[in-house]
Amino acid sequence: MKWLNANWDKVIDLLLDHLWLSGLPILLGFLIALPIGWYANRHRRLRGFILSVSGILYTIPSLAFFLILPSIIGTGFLDPINVVVALTVYAVAIMVRSSADAFESVAPAVLDAATASGFSAVGRAFRVELPLAGPVLLAGLRVVAVSTVSLVSVGALIGVSNLGSLFTEGYRTDNNPEILTGVVGIVAVALLFDALLVLAGRLLMPWVRAARTPTRAPISVRLRSGRA
Amino acid sequence: MSVVNDTIDWFSDSAHWSGEDGVPHRLVQHLGYTGLTVVIAAAIAIPIGLWIGHTGRLRGLAVVSSGVLRALPTLGVLTYASLFTGIGIKAAIFTLVLLAIPPLLAGAYAGLESVDRQTIDAARAIGMTEWQVLTKVEAPLALPLIVGGFRSATLQVVATATVAAFVPGPGGLGRYLIDGLALSDYPRVVAGSVVVIVLALILDGIFVLIQRAVLGSRPALSPTSA
Repeated sequence: MKWLNANWDKVIDLLLDHLWLSGLPILLGFLIALPIGWYANRHRRLRGFILSVSGILYTIPSLAFFLILPSIIGTGFLDPINVVVALTVYAVAIMVRSSADAFESVAPAVLDAATASGFSAVGRAFRVELPLAGPVLLAGLRVVAVSTVSLVSVGALIGVSNLGSLFTEGYRTDNNPEILTGVVGIVAVALLFDALLVLAGRLLMPWVRAARTPTRAPISVRLRSGRA
Repeated sequence: MSVVNDTIDWFSDSAHWSGEDGVPHRLVQHLGYTGLTVVIAAAIAIPIGLWIGHTGRLRGLAVVSSGVLRALPTLGVLTYASLFTGIGIKAAIFTLVLLAIPPLLAGAYAGLESVDRQTIDAARAIGMTEWQVLTKVEAPLALPLIVGGFRSATLQVVATATVAAFVPGPGGLGRYLIDGLALSDYPRVVAGSVVVIVLALILDGIFVLIQRAVLGSRPALSPTSA
């Protein structure tokens, strides 16, 4: 605690860096993956292909990905953009599968009923499919959030400052409390994002609370989450 | 495009293909760490996972603890552990094992859970002992998901073993990335990254083939983990 008391300003700065470095990829990943997952679910033949590509993208080791991106997108070697882009790609990779599964979970009879009662294709997608796919989408998004928050710390190795910088610096200066602060800080950010997502889910989908069992992410997503 | 040319030059330099620092040696080291870690993690996680899946007990605990393990930042655990163990490979192996446990555990217990209750009841009804139910019915049917757990664990370890090179001691492919960064030797960094990425893709491909082989005559049971 002594170290933390003396270094609040620095920790807060790193925390803010960590928040945008993880928040932006989570948000972008969700927005990009949603239509892809929806499309993959509508077109069965493309589904396998789209999911395979997202699986392959997720296979790329993060540190190697951060370092190879500059030669692909022409950014600087130590640019934070590399971290944001790589983490967005991972978020999309997890979320595409999640959202394909989420849209698949909507009963076809419900969609027929919606069409029969006069919904247009677009109206049906937004007002029927999306809300019904919501719980599975949320489960996938929670996995994305936790793994993204944790992965940002690897960015510290390429000099992008975030709470992970407390690890690299603490290691060099043999400072246990500093490393511990980083670990606790990152777990706290992960829990914060998770809590915000759960809260958002309750506000946007008040009907879900009636269901007894919480919706879990598909096993494929659960197996894969958490990596560096 | 000079980065690309420099990287090609790096690969074509024969000095980078032999000795302690050569690609083959580093690759074998990397695979060695990965294999060792996955074996240790499996020895811990698979029996526990099978027990949880078979008995249905402590399931909540397994879900929560693997959730917590996932939120832990690997780099933080690694640096923290290595301040205690000193320079060497111990901290890295410890961290990698910790990382590999959740997917293996999830694969094992979720695999058993995915087995149809009626099949298990039928096995009991024809007089199988609990041990026979587990080894002859549940485990074989759960195999696709168990292999899926191995697949994720292996890929995560391959990826994270790279990060583990931040601490002096471990060799492996991460050395190219970490040392290259420290020396601003970017061709080395990019070349090392390419080797790691290719290795990860090849391993993933091998697991796809294993999963197909495991599914074999049961195409109806689609692989939920891919």
